[in-house]
Amino acid sequence: MATILFDGVAYGMLLFVLACGLAVTLGLMNFVNLAHGAFAMAGGYVVVILMDRWGVPFLACLPAAFIVAAMLGLLLERTLYRHMYSRTHLDQVLFSIGLVFIAVAATDYFLGSSQRNITLPSWLQGRKEILGVNVGIYRSFIIVLCGALALGLQLGLMRTRFGSRLRAAVDDARVARGLGIPVGKVFAVTFAVGSGLAGLGGALGTELLGIDPQFPLRFMIYFLIVVAVGGTSGIMGPFLASLLLGVADVAGKYYLSSALGGFVIYVVLIAVLVFRPHGLFARSR
Amino acid sequence: MSANASLVRRARWRWPEALVWVIAFGLLFLPPGKHLLLNEIAILALFALSLDLILGYAGIISLGHAAFFGLGAYAAGLMCKHVTPDPLAGLVVATLLAAMMGLLTSLLVLRGSDLTRLMVTLGVALVLHEIANALSRWTGGADGLQGMVVGPLLGRFDFDLYGRTAYAYSLTALFILFLAARRIVHSLFGLSLMAIRRNRLRAAALGVPVNRRLVAVYALSAAYAGAAGALLAQTTAYVSLEVLEFGRSADVLLALIIGGAGWLYGGLAGAVIFKVLQDTLSAGAPQFWMFWMGLFLVVLALVGRDRLFRLVRR
Repeated sequence: MATILFDGVAYGMLLFVLACGLAVTLGLMNFVNLAHGAFAMAGGYVVVILMDRWGVPFLACLPAAFIVAAMLGLLLERTLYRHMYSRTHLDQVLFSIGLVFIAVAATDYFLGSSQRNITLPSWLQGRKEILGVNVGIYRSFIIVLCGALALGLQLGLMRTRFGSRLRAAVDDARVARGLGIPVGKVFAVTFAVGSGLAGLGGALGTELLGIDPQFPLRFMIYFLIVVAVGGTSGIMGPFLASLLLGVADVAGKYYLSSALGGFVIYVVLIAVLVFRPHGLFARSR
Repeated sequence: MSANASLVRRARWRWPEALVWVIAFGLLFLPPGKHLLLNEIAILALFALSLDLILGYAGIISLGHAAFFGLGAYAAGLMCKHVTPDPLAGLVVATLLAAMMGLLTSLLVLRGSDLTRLMVTLGVALVLHEIANALSRWTGGADGLQGMVVGPLLGRFDFDLYGRTAYAYSLTALFILFLAARRIVHSLFGLSLMAIRRNRLRAAALGVPVNRRLVAVYALSAAYAGAAGALLAQTTAYVSLEVLEFGRSADVLLALIIGGAGWLYGGLAGAVIFKVLQDTLSAGAPQFWMFWMGLFLVVLALVGRDRLFRLVRR
């Protein structure tokens, strides 16, 4: 029981790092970006290639995954995404599905369609008995790292100058521009950081989730659930939503069959959307 | 000009329209070889037509239209296996079931913004996918529903290997349902839908019962999608979980967007272009097709759909 809870929390933390970039673009900037998973996939493949081909140690791969995904995000934001902010949701959906298709096809073509796995360094493998609970060492590593990231993001968004500029730009871009806030740059940096975090999440998740060209499509719905259930006011909503989703998914698949486990999550999603369209943890406006 | 007069004028048949259908039925007399592809085109056209009813006319975005398609496919498959092998009976039952499902789930899409609607429609399709997967005793789960023996059409025409009967069947169903849709969108009901799409508040203020209209058109669209699914199940004698997957919802959206939403023929034109391109491009490697489709979508979205189609239609 406690082990399932623990695994669920680790899974949820991972989902949070994967999805928190989307929580900002979709939740705050109101941009439907179905291609978010593509950045996570990029991060995952960076780790696979660096470790498999060049034998780079795992810990060094994590920042590399972040940087590559962030650069990719920055590049795409400046060239393509920027033009799509003011379009209708349908256009944004078409655009980002198109990006996903390109990413899936290109990855499949260059890197093969089979699932890739990595071998973790030995000090991250294995399980340990802590306070009578059987915990995986790698999962504890994920919980600590992702927990620290979540805390840092919350502080960054609420306490720093950049965070308040971002919130201002999201609330009313015109007024923010009038006050001298470089709205375009703020969005670009935010987008890059969000993509980088997705890449980092993909890198951390390579071991647990497995990485293959279909990754962006397989996990798209999970990211959307995190944002939809978590609501759009800040980072804490998506964080709690990720934990809930992680625990529910792991427990559901353990106690029910794996098919019914998925079923429960989607039903909960629909119920939340219908009764609380602004998310479970949204502040009333 | 009164609303009625303008509707009558718009509903008049023009010769290019008639030509389209004459050619479509004329293709029946081609030598065998391409009828399987033509059958797929007709089915996708019907599916895209159903999406056009809600997206092009009522302005409801759906990322989960495969829910109704898949429901229709499974309904027709199970009817065939357990009740009667007659295809028409299966088609009718599947259509009605999908309409009922549309009626039920329409209540979910009335509320919230575009974004909520995207997620709810996606969620409904995923729930059905999971249910179909879990009920593997009836649906065959991941292996698909096998062992369908579809009886002859009208008791006389057997479904052959070359797909000529299949194409005739699907095309006739498409034609009849198209005529009905054409009649519906050129009625006052259709006009009120377009008013809702342009400005929901103002439509409500003019006395249009917005919610009732949306429920009605959503159920209608679901029925059309269910019919398309039933046609696929019966003409291929096989149903797999793939009928409920996200890819199918994305494909139909793409086909409709290629042809242009909101003029009924968009779905038809889009289905032809989509399937022909898919057939040629994926002959080499399936990745090519996905890549080009993705590139097309990105360019389309960047250039702007309106601008592109204004150029084409001129």
